[in-house]
Amino acid sequence: MERGYRLQDNKDILYQGIKDGIPIGLGYLAVSFSLGIAARNAGLSTFQAFLCSLLCNASAGEYAGFTVIAASASYIECALVTLVTNARYMLMSCAMSQRVDPKMPFKHRLVMAFYIVDEIFGIMISRPGFLNPYYMYGAILMAAPSWAIGTALGAIAGSILPPQLVSAFSVALYGMFIAVFIPPAKKNKVIAALVVISFFLSYCATLIPGISSWSDGTRTIVLTVTLSALAAVLFPRREVKDHE
Amino acid sequence: MNNMYVYILIMWGVTYLIRSLPLTLFKKQIDNEFIRSFLYYVPYVTLAVMTFPAILDATRSPISGAAALIVGIIVAWISEDLFKSAVSCCLIVLVLETFLF
Repeated sequence: MERGYRLQDNKDILYQGIKDGIPIGLGYLAVSFSLGIAARNAGLSTFQAFLCSLLCNASAGEYAGFTVIAASASYIECALVTLVTNARYMLMSCAMSQRVDPKMPFKHRLVMAFYIVDEIFGIMISRPGFLNPYYMYGAILMAAPSWAIGTALGAIAGSILPPQLVSAFSVALYGMFIAVFIPPAKKNKVIAALVVISFFLSYCATLIPGISSWSDGTRTIVLTVTLSALAAVLFPRREVKDHE
Repeated sequence: MNNMYVYILIMWGVTYLIRSLPLTLFKKQIDNEFIRSFLYYVPYVTLAVMTFPAILDATRSPISGAAALIVGIIVAWISEDLFKSAVSCCLIVLVLETFLF
């Protein structure tokens, strides 16, 4: 039953995921470190900061949640802010649902959903064919502990790393984002144009009065939905089969 | 006084629901051309939007952030390798901020 979705069939893919998860884990250390500082400032203990990162795995979403906690705001506000800052994960989850092998056992969907984050989504979606859950689990094995431990370290230590190291670690994440959208932009003019327009409008959105006061999460949602919808209307993809 | 663990539970619950609902509910392939095209473009736009101008604020100086962006694009273009792109971004920032600032 269900050959192809058992661990012994997928060891190599698990190791590939672990390998690709290493730079993600390294990048996470620095980012979650600064998140830990924010958690401590919001009144979380080291253990609470660790637990929150272990469960939520969200940079912008957690940060926004901490600001709500710091303000002792209501539980409802906490839920709403979490919803808005994490809404892009819903889009990623939709996109992933279209790349799942119909034969894949359901339990994998429940586990995979736990760790839909920007970077792992990026490396998952850049692989051809059906999504392989074991590739994702390999990457999670590297990313999840360093996210939680980095948050705890940040909550404990504040700023022990030299500032240029923090700076250097922080751009690792962007280096990974870039490596997800540049190779397809090289081959597809629509994606190339979308990247340039996204850069430009995202920059404009930080300057335009009103829009600039939106949270980063909100700006990301609005721009993503608008630009992707426009591209889908103007340049629909004719192929019936995906796997690209 | 609100309970910290209730806050954490809410954040966890909302985050997991957002991530799990589409992936568990959509079991069939979507045939609609618009939706398929839309979902195809979403990841590239999201990541591009989140990269710029945020990368300029990630570093101590926007100059090293900009350098990381340019180096990242060049390395990703040539190598198409995630690890090489990430490491070269880090290295250029480390070099610039250690020796220039």
